[in-house]
Amino acid sequence: MPGFGKGKNMRGRRHGKCCMLNDVPPGCSAKIHCHHAKGAVRQRLLDLGFVPQAEVDVIRRAPLGDPIECRVANYKVALRKSEADLIEIEYA
Amino acid sequence: MIKFMGNTMSISPEFVNNKILVGLAGQQNAGKSTTFNMLTGAGQHIANYPGVTVDKKTGFYRYKDVKVETVDLPGTYSLTSFSLEERVARDFLITEKPDVVVNVVDASSLKRSLYFSFQVLEMGFPVVIALNMMDVAARNGTEINFEALRKNLKVPVIPTVGRKSIGKKELRDAILEVFNGKNHGKIQSPLQINYDALEKPIEDLRQDLAQTTLESRYPCRWLAVKLVEGDSEAVRLVTQALGASCNELQTARRIKDVFEAQNDLDVADYMMGCRDKLATKVIKESVTEKKDGRDRVTEMIDSVVLNRFAAPFFLVLTVFMIYQLSIVKGYELTRYWWPVLAKFRAIVAGFLPDAGMLQDPYVRSMGLWMVDSANALLNYIPIFLILFALIAILEDSGYMARIAFILDRLFNLFGLHGQSTLPFILGGVFAGGCAVPGVMATKGIPDERSRMATILTVPYMNCLAKVPFYTLLINVFFAPYKSWAMLFLSTFTIFVALLVARFLTATLLSSMETAPFVMELPKYHPPTFFGVGQRAVERTWQYIKKVGSIVVAVSVCVFTMLQFPGLGHEKATQFQNEMDQAVTIFHEKSASSSYAHQFKDKAALISLVNVYTDYKTAKLTVKTAEGSRALDAKFQSRYPDLFKFLKPKGDKAAKKINKSLRKLVSKRKGLRRQIKEEQIETSFLGMVGRSLEPLTQWAGFDWKVNVAILSSFAARESSVATIGVLYQQGADENKSLEDRMAAETGGDNFTPLHALAIMVFFAMYPPCLATTIMIKVQTASYKWMVFSMVFPTILGFVVASGIFTGGRLMGLSGIQMMGVFYGLTVLLTIATGLFKHWGKKMTPVSGAPGASIQ
Repeated sequence: MPGFGKGKNMRGRRHGKCCMLNDVPPGCSAKIHCHHAKGAVRQRLLDLGFVPQAEVDVIRRAPLGDPIECRVANYKVALRKSEADLIEIEYA
Repeated sequence: MIKFMGNTMSISPEFVNNKILVGLAGQQNAGKSTTFNMLTGAGQHIANYPGVTVDKKTGFYRYKDVKVETVDLPGTYSLTSFSLEERVARDFLITEKPDVVVNVVDASSLKRSLYFSFQVLEMGFPVVIALNMMDVAARNGTEINFEALRKNLKVPVIPTVGRKSIGKKELRDAILEVFNGKNHGKIQSPLQINYDALEKPIEDLRQDLAQTTLESRYPCRWLAVKLVEGDSEAVRLVTQALGASCNELQTARRIKDVFEAQNDLDVADYMMGCRDKLATKVIKESVTEKKDGRDRVTEMIDSVVLNRFAAPFFLVLTVFMIYQLSIVKGYELTRYWWPVLAKFRAIVAGFLPDAGMLQDPYVRSMGLWMVDSANALLNYIPIFLILFALIAILEDSGYMARIAFILDRLFNLFGLHGQSTLPFILGGVFAGGCAVPGVMATKGIPDERSRMATILTVPYMNCLAKVPFYTLLINVFFAPYKSWAMLFLSTFTIFVALLVARFLTATLLSSMETAPFVMELPKYHPPTFFGVGQRAVERTWQYIKKVGSIVVAVSVCVFTMLQFPGLGHEKATQFQNEMDQAVTIFHEKSASSSYAHQFKDKAALISLVNVYTDYKTAKLTVKTAEGSRALDAKFQSRYPDLFKFLKPKGDKAAKKINKSLRKLVSKRKGLRRQIKEEQIETSFLGMVGRSLEPLTQWAGFDWKVNVAILSSFAARESSVATIGVLYQQGADENKSLEDRMAAETGGDNFTPLHALAIMVFFAMYPPCLATTIMIKVQTASYKWMVFSMVFPTILGFVVASGIFTGGRLMGLSGIQMMGVFYGLTVLLTIATGLFKHWGKKMTPVSGAPGASIQ
């Protein structure tokens, strides 16, 4: 379907290198700007509260560096770096 | 805290004998099935949705003279069209158009659940919200104002606790009320999501759609929203009805493009934001979170147990504790539990026809075989109760999620998932577990590919039933290196499982759906005694039910295969003659004893022989002098009349009987062994075992081992029993099975290398029948079930052949080969893990390495 589900990658690039949730150091918080993921992954992230404009606190990384523990929508979730790398943020 | 809303309404008589269709929708783990059970009770029916393997559970109940058909929809996070379950749930709603949709909502994570509720409401169905898990919410310090929630959502909200059947009547009333309202033309006007800037274009598009043929089939507002959002399924529906180049599709695309150009924002993201804003508002007005200090406690605990250096320590400690408490202590408990089962066996034996002098009646041997097979599994009940209770404690306390969090990275390297931890622990990571609950526990893994990989690798873990077989072989062939051999067996299986998982996910499973790893880390809270006990009993009962019935059924098959075609008539007569001769000799030799008249009767003689056999068998198990005295005392009190023949002290006449008795019993044992061996050798299973010999010789298996392996498919436990029967030589001299095997297999016929090949094969050998049934249930596919049997057999055989033939060619001993093989496996595992790691580093999306941990 041309025109559907496109146009996600253009944002952020305008500001040079975009900032991803993965780059947020533990102890800091950020605001979700948009998702770079598509389809099922994007939907699942949305379902779990990673919606645009939501506040995310990065709490810690797992002992082996992956996944990351975050607080979003008043509960704590763990997500992998590979997914955190698809969530563009704007620093709050 | 929980206020119940008044929902009583009289049902108007005109709907008597009416039938209504109710769809039960909700997210995973919201307690949908318990709510379904609560609503419908016993009247359930399970079928498949047309064309797919998703279970369709339908239940019926009659309430206030209305017949209600309830369909339990698959639990999904949302009603989009990304997964099979989502499509199934959505198709049902769109095509069947249920009269009422009951949306089961997890009160303990209300906000997330609201996204789902919005989607149902948007589809325009009459909705009743069952606010489930009120008890969990209350425990979390979440107070929910139902009145506010109802006002916000504009649909009935019924608080329920499905597990305790709280709210059943209210929910049933509300369903009828909504249904009646609909029939009287009082259409619910539920909450509408306001898409602000998009409202006008969406409304225009809705009106356009309302002019088309779609109007009667689908809710137009929903269709308009979905088209603008770019939902592929909605696009497909419209394309199907109006063609790919219709105006409506073009309008939707234009709305999207215009919006995105103006706002520099993805339209779907924006719409999600609108829903989120509304959810936030609803939550704000209807929920109060009481801070109960648990946040602080949770943070404190996490900062210790998730600490980079302390985490491995706590993890190992936890697994070690589980192992110690359930396997080690549980095994000790089986000493008290086993006599109960033995008593059960004795009771059954009492009902069955008595043992014969030479051959037991068929009914007796089959009955006892069945009881023995069942007992072998029931023996593990104490272990399972403890194991399941401990695991329930881990789950309820919240630490289980942390284990998944810690280990996900490691598992992910091999295509598995952090949540594979629980199945592997249940399956028996070290030594001892059961693949049946292990496979059952994979249900919670959201990533389909990892879930399949976990299901197919859990059986490689060392289940409790494999342990006796290992112990037997290790004691015979690796006695000087006992602990090393045990360590080898309990750890190499983990590496094999990881390698197989990596292999399968990279090949056969590579096209399966994956899901992002997003897992909730709940707050810690002390588990309740009731909750833990209930879960432990429930899971153990599942084990008994599933395993018990299947194992008993299969044990009958194996028994039959081992018994038939049986001895020829000629052989049987020959054995019988020999036995009769032995009895005659006994009578002759003991004739001079003053007790001889007691045993003229055949039945009396048989019972004496049986008691003597029992006595000798029991004697084998005692090692100390006190134990021996205690045993004597026991037999003396139980058989006061016969004991003097078992152990005659000064009594010359009794001594005479004892002497002839010993000869008779020895002869009987020898004959029975010969019969059994003849029987097995000529049996169907024996034939199969023999015919496989040319192939299995490469792995060093002779036909006896083949038979043991084949029979162990029913249940691993039977392998030791079958081996016991096959290596009977010396049983009459009261040698232990270990000694007999060692004696019979001495020399070049059976070396430690043979034993190693067998053990390795046995470790990888296909899951037992009960597990394969469970695999069928969990994968919903016979194809995977068959695969789970065939693949490990081939793999195990290839590896065993490699060990045996390779070791023989290189002239290595069993223990040397064990070391070589272990080293190779570990190296291969590390290499595989690292390989993925390199691959990952090369992809551009990976984060800066320096930013990993601050």
